[in-house]
Amino acid sequence: MNIIICLKQVPDTAKVKMNPDGTLIRTGVPSILNPYDHFALATALEIKKQTGAKIKVLSMGPSQASKVLRLALALGADEGYLLSDKAFAGSDTWATAYALSCAIKKISPFDLILCGQMAIDGDTAQTGPEIAGQLNIPQITFCSNIEEVSPKTLTVKKLIDGGHQILEITLPALITLTTPHNFVFPYPSFTDIFKAQEKPLFTWTAQDVNADINKLGLKGSPTRVAKIYPPVQKQKGAVKTLSADDTALEIIKILQAQKVIK
Amino acid sequence: MTDLKSYKNIWVFAEIDQINKTLKSVSLELLSAAKKLAGELNCKTAVVIIGQENKKFFDEFSKYGADIIYNIEDVSFTHYDTQNYFQILFALTKKYKPEAILFPSTYIGRDLAPRLASRLSCGLTADCTALSSKDANLVQSRPAFGGNIMADIICPNTRPQMATVRANILPKIILDIPTKPQIIEEHFKAIPSKVRLIKTKEDKRSEILKPEEADIVISIGRGVKNKETFSLIKEIAGKLGAALGATRPVIEEGLLPKNHQIGQSGVTVKPKIYISFGISGALQHTVGMNNSDLIISVNKDDKAPIFNLCQYGFVGDVEQIVPKILQAINKLK
Ligand SMILES: Cc1cc2nc3c(=O)[nH]c(=O)nc-3n(C[C@H](O)[C@H](O)[C@H](O)COP(=O)(O)OP(=O)(O)OC[C@H]3O[C@@H](n4cnc5c(N)ncnc54)[C@H](O)[C@@H]3O)c2cc1C
Ligand SMILES: Cc1cc2nc3c(=O)[nH]c(=O)nc-3n(C[C@H](O)[C@H](O)[C@H](O)COP(=O)(O)OP(=O)(O)OC[C@H]3O[C@@H](n4cnc5c(N)ncnc54)[C@H](O)[C@@H]3O)c2cc1C
Repeated sequence: MNIIICLKQVPDTAKVKMNPDGTLIRTGVPSILNPYDHFALATALEIKKQTGAKIKVLSMGPSQASKVLRLALALGADEGYLLSDKAFAGSDTWATAYALSCAIKKISPFDLILCGQMAIDGDTAQTGPEIAGQLNIPQITFCSNIEEVSPKTLTVKKLIDGGHQILEITLPALITLTTPHNFVFPYPSFTDIFKAQEKPLFTWTAQDVNADINKLGLKGSPTRVAKIYPPVQKQKGAVKTLSADDTALEIIKILQAQKVIK
Repeated sequence: MTDLKSYKNIWVFAEIDQINKTLKSVSLELLSAAKKLAGELNCKTAVVIIGQENKKFFDEFSKYGADIIYNIEDVSFTHYDTQNYFQILFALTKKYKPEAILFPSTYIGRDLAPRLASRLSCGLTADCTALSSKDANLVQSRPAFGGNIMADIICPNTRPQMATVRANILPKIILDIPTKPQIIEEHFKAIPSKVRLIKTKEDKRSEILKPEEADIVISIGRGVKNKETFSLIKEIAGKLGAALGATRPVIEEGLLPKNHQIGQSGVTVKPKIYISFGISGALQHTVGMNNSDLIISVNKDDKAPIFNLCQYGFVGDVEQIVPKILQAINKLK
């Protein structure tokens, strides 16, 4: 079985700080492997253990993004592919999915493509299903687990509103994965990192993957970011430190004023 | 070049709940938004509904302003299936050329819309919290970077303009005079799908109110460490008719079912009153509740970020304050 995993390098948005004017402070924010992709990688490594699958990891980004590919190789992926070219800069999800699909076609054959449910910076959750659309292969999004793997099919657990479904999908297919909350992300040992330096990591340009320049970057993106601004802050009220009794009484007073209690 | 002028009308994809087969309320929120946009852009609203026995929802659509209903009914479309729903929307879009399509930002909307956008080579804006129009374009506002920033997204050169829109944010507006929608029946044959549904399972539901439907939500965070305090909070919620919510770490511990998680990876709520106990106020949580009309918070740390967005903040220990609140309520009744 051949598995391709799409990995995105992202700023750790949980550590992002804001300027007083509400703009982002980007410097000093560590870059990490998108947590959902990290889980997708761990899932693929499990499948590899069971079936001896071959794992190829793919990322589009600047040259530093090779770090997330190296991490994946150290954890047990077999080959890395970095798509790096000025032509990709400013791509929206449509253009990103197009570029990644071009690379996937070149990496082919594949049985399974894994993506994270979403990237924690762009937050769109669109790239996975858009890749599946462009490659015209079936998809299941927001999966919380891969239950069973066979050479021709996969059984997965998928989240739906108010519950979940168990679905079977015919391969080749694309799956996006959500992360269980208490998941402990695996990190490689020093020896693993050292050994992985021998593993192949290729860097490709737009031309290398036969991508049409007009469908990439800002030019190829149907969406435009017209404006970025800080979220509206609620009017901040008083913060009081009172005794437990007085706090309770104040809260009751507010609820009475709101006519919740008499 | 796409001839933008040949595209008209604002479509809404109406979603049917996969478990209880009711119309999802967000469909009507989208219809109200579509009605407003259609007024500004001088065009009509249309609902696309795919499923079985859809007619029972038509009254709702007319109350909320549908001018056209595209009805696709067949037993084989009872369950959502990406490929089948995609082929239907793809064909309808090519045939009728809508100016815009709004999808609920649900598991289904976020599966279907990107599939369609990719094949139509159209832009898609994710998880919008506001929609407006400017110079004949839809302005789609959305949070990004885990809620740290807002972005306005436009798609000036492609049609249809597509967006997924978050539930429970936009208002539902009943019209004084319901519309008399034109009903267009469209027939499709199901294609054999590469995805087979083995079973659907409903999450264990608590008897307690759903947070996204309640006027008062009482939410707990990691600061509520004591089971005793938690049961007192449940009692308070019962007396006030409030729903319970929680942060992700609390849900992980299994204190409440997953559908009570408030925030980015949970539900969005907009109650009249939101009371938080022992919640720090991480952005991933606050994006799900900061539109509440009134926010009251108790936290022992006077620098907790939650205090930046509440009208009434109280520094103190929940273990001591919670029993006092219950006592005071009991005294009143
Ligand atoms: C403020 C802001 C708002 C934006 N809003 C939109 C919008 O509404 N619509 C839109 O189309 N674009 C939007 N974009 C652009 C979008 O963020 C980029 O296209 C980005 O490259 C991919 O989207 P994402 O980060 O949301 O990833 P997601 O679609 O959330 O990522 C899902 C999965 O796809 C894979 N993946 C994504 N990117 C890569 C990559 N570079 N390399 C390898 N795998 C990858 C990973 O497996 C990831 O887990 C916005 C950008 C900004 C800055
Ligand atoms: C991709 C992603 C998605 C996420 N999605 C969500 C989501 O949907 N919803 C969500 O909630 N979180 C989400 N999170 C997690 C989020 O970042 C925070 O970790 C979480 O909201 C913190 O929960 P908390 O406030 O309960 O805990 P903490 O941050 O640990 O805060 C506990 C608070 O309790 C106070 N406290 C402690 N003891 C007492 C006491 N005795 N009396 C009074 N106060 C006390 C402390 O001062 C502290 O402020 C997500 C994170 C990521 C990375």
